[in-house]
Amino acid sequence: MQLTEKHRQYWHKNLRLTMALLLIWFVVTFVVGWFARDLRFITILGFPLSFYMAAQGALLIFVLLVGYYANCMDKLDREFGVQEGDR
Amino acid sequence: MASPVQSRFVSQLKRYYALYTGGFIGFVVLLAILEQMGVPNKLLGYIFLGVTVLLYAGIGILSRTSDVAEYYVAGRRVPAFFNGMAVGADWMSAASFIGLAGTLYLSGYDGLAFVLGWTGGFVLVALLLAPYLRKFGQFTIPDFLGARYGGNIPRSIGVFAAILCSFTYVIAQIYGVGLITSRFTGLDFGMGVFVGLGSILVCSFLGGMRAVTWTQVAQYVILIIAYMIPVVWLSMKHTGDPIPQIAYGYVLEKVTAREQVLNDPTTPEGAREAEVRAILKQRQEATEARLKALESGGNAYLVSERNKLKKAAADLKTKHDANPKMLEAANQAVADFPSDVSSARNAWRISAESDKAKSGPIAAHAEPFAGPDEATRSKKRKNFLALVLCLMVGTAALPHILMRFYTTPTVKEARHSVFWSLLFISLLYITAPALAVLAKYDVYTLLVGSSFSELPSWVSAWASVDKSLMSVTDINHDGIVQLSEITIGGDLIVLATPEIAGLPYVITALVAAGGLAAALSTADGLMLTISNSLSHDVYYKMIDPRAPTNRRLFISKALLVVVAGFAAYITSLKPGDILFLVGAAFSLAASAFFPALALGIFWRRANKTGAILGMLSGLGTCMFYMYITYPFFGVNAPLWWDINPISAGLFGILVGFAGVIVGSLLTAAPDKGTQEMVDYVRYPNLENDIKSKSV
Repeated sequence: MQLTEKHRQYWHKNLRLTMALLLIWFVVTFVVGWFARDLRFITILGFPLSFYMAAQGALLIFVLLVGYYANCMDKLDREFGVQEGDR
Repeated sequence: MASPVQSRFVSQLKRYYALYTGGFIGFVVLLAILEQMGVPNKLLGYIFLGVTVLLYAGIGILSRTSDVAEYYVAGRRVPAFFNGMAVGADWMSAASFIGLAGTLYLSGYDGLAFVLGWTGGFVLVALLLAPYLRKFGQFTIPDFLGARYGGNIPRSIGVFAAILCSFTYVIAQIYGVGLITSRFTGLDFGMGVFVGLGSILVCSFLGGMRAVTWTQVAQYVILIIAYMIPVVWLSMKHTGDPIPQIAYGYVLEKVTAREQVLNDPTTPEGAREAEVRAILKQRQEATEARLKALESGGNAYLVSERNKLKKAAADLKTKHDANPKMLEAANQAVADFPSDVSSARNAWRISAESDKAKSGPIAAHAEPFAGPDEATRSKKRKNFLALVLCLMVGTAALPHILMRFYTTPTVKEARHSVFWSLLFISLLYITAPALAVLAKYDVYTLLVGSSFSELPSWVSAWASVDKSLMSVTDINHDGIVQLSEITIGGDLIVLATPEIAGLPYVITALVAAGGLAAALSTADGLMLTISNSLSHDVYYKMIDPRAPTNRRLFISKALLVVVAGFAAYITSLKPGDILFLVGAAFSLAASAFFPALALGIFWRRANKTGAILGMLSGLGTCMFYMYITYPFFGVNAPLWWDINPISAGLFGILVGFAGVIVGSLLTAAPDKGTQEMVDYVRYPNLENDIKSKSV
């Protein structure tokens, strides 16, 4: 089947969302990890920031990223008419 | 919107599992009452492990099936929430349940690489793979490679890699099963392996994916309850706050303050630590001197040393007033003396290294990449990030996890089920660092400084069970415990928490059952992956595509038994290091699968030659690096850019991506049918899907 312009738009929006979320994932994991020694002097809830991020903060952000993606894509599916029917 | 049939199914499931959870809690309470009435601990352990194993087998029998879609993908009607729980149990293995908190206790911040890696990987699963694999909607991961790249070669490499990494991983799980059953029931290790294996087999043999799914949900419930109760209790004990994940920040502050006191020789406690460390330092230097003498003197040196010990023992014997204890010690020293040069070298090297580690100052728990100089610190940072990457990408490539996303009813549910999976998994991974800090606080404040005559009861109990898990020796003979006099094995932290927190034995049995659930559920998923790869991909797709369904299922079940027996046999040989096996599985999966899977979806131009080249070169690079650097294989070549063998996948992933890209660009673009298939997986619903689905 030939893809319509609308289909291409859907895929581009999906790619843009994916890239944005992957960027956050990368920063939270690798950029924060790289600067861990510098961040340990900031304290949050009694934790040094670097420890907090690796033990809890990053995990919460990961959960939010995945949840946000699922909801956004549900909306995007409906908006572009590629959602699934009853099953 | 879900259909009425599916929503009735969901509400039924919710009711069943709510009843089940209530029933399980009631069962724990009942056993607690039995304990108060004086039923012996050993019997409680038997009842606990026996009932849970029978329960899993029971679910297996209830879910028996002979339908192909039910057997391979649980009928594709597992709701997102429940698939999340099943992925959680499938994912969290014995290493996560028992080993992780211990690793964090021993290595502080640097151990968090496992926490980050084992959760962050699910972001990759959610964004790059799960929805597309669900839309593709076949049965195995090699299926996708076969359909996307065409021909039997990509599929065969996929089968080989899936079996290689699943088998490496399953051995680590069966090992955990054997360890737990033998420790808590007193059966021997081999027996423990076969009892555990029996329950895995009943479950997956009768009902395939369907049975495994519903058992895994039940196992998740048990393992998360078992993990949480002792930690909450320990948190109440030390902070008065029942939410350990929030409360332990302040405990961490206290631990850090304690570390500074113990490291400061001007305080009385610090001075005593310094004294013990000085003795350890001497001991280390003495052992190193012996090692040097061994290198130059060889066997002659060993013989003369042994004779010295023998003579000392004989002299003691001739004295009639000799202290029997000293005589016993002298005889023991002769018996323990290494028999040949290589075993002497190993034993002395290990002892020198452990003394060296303990003679240094205490490493700060919360400090990232601690080291004496900039070079050490930057090496640690590099390895930390490399390990995180390997674990993340490996997570997004292990076939037994990816396969679970074929079981949801829709693409939408697949996306949501990654969310539930990650949420359920994070619950445990957020708790593990809290447990490590709380246990450390207990050891640093209550155990250190206590008197050898009145050790806490859990210390003496575990020290008598296994010296490698817990031992305290009064090195400077002052009658008081110093931190450098304590040796703790990582696995102790989770196993002993109930006792540290002062909980009854029934909770210890609960923790054992939780560990068993974690190991069994992962083993279930892995076994099924292996036997499905063989029966579906090799037999049905490549050897006999016209095989009737009942023969396909028969082959699959027969292979399951063969694979299980073979895995148990390998495990009973007790091959090496669990952590290495687990790490190896991740690196292998990451190098072999991830580039071909991700590019197969996101890069239309990727073709068969690229996939073959990428998978072979990625997997090859990873295996080669492991072979030349891991001490087990005895090559010990220099490391590349200081990257440890556990992160071999780093090179495999990079080479794998390069291989797919180069191979694809050098050859013609894939044909129209393949490109249409890429479109098919990218959109949850295209108008012509109904047509292609019927094919």
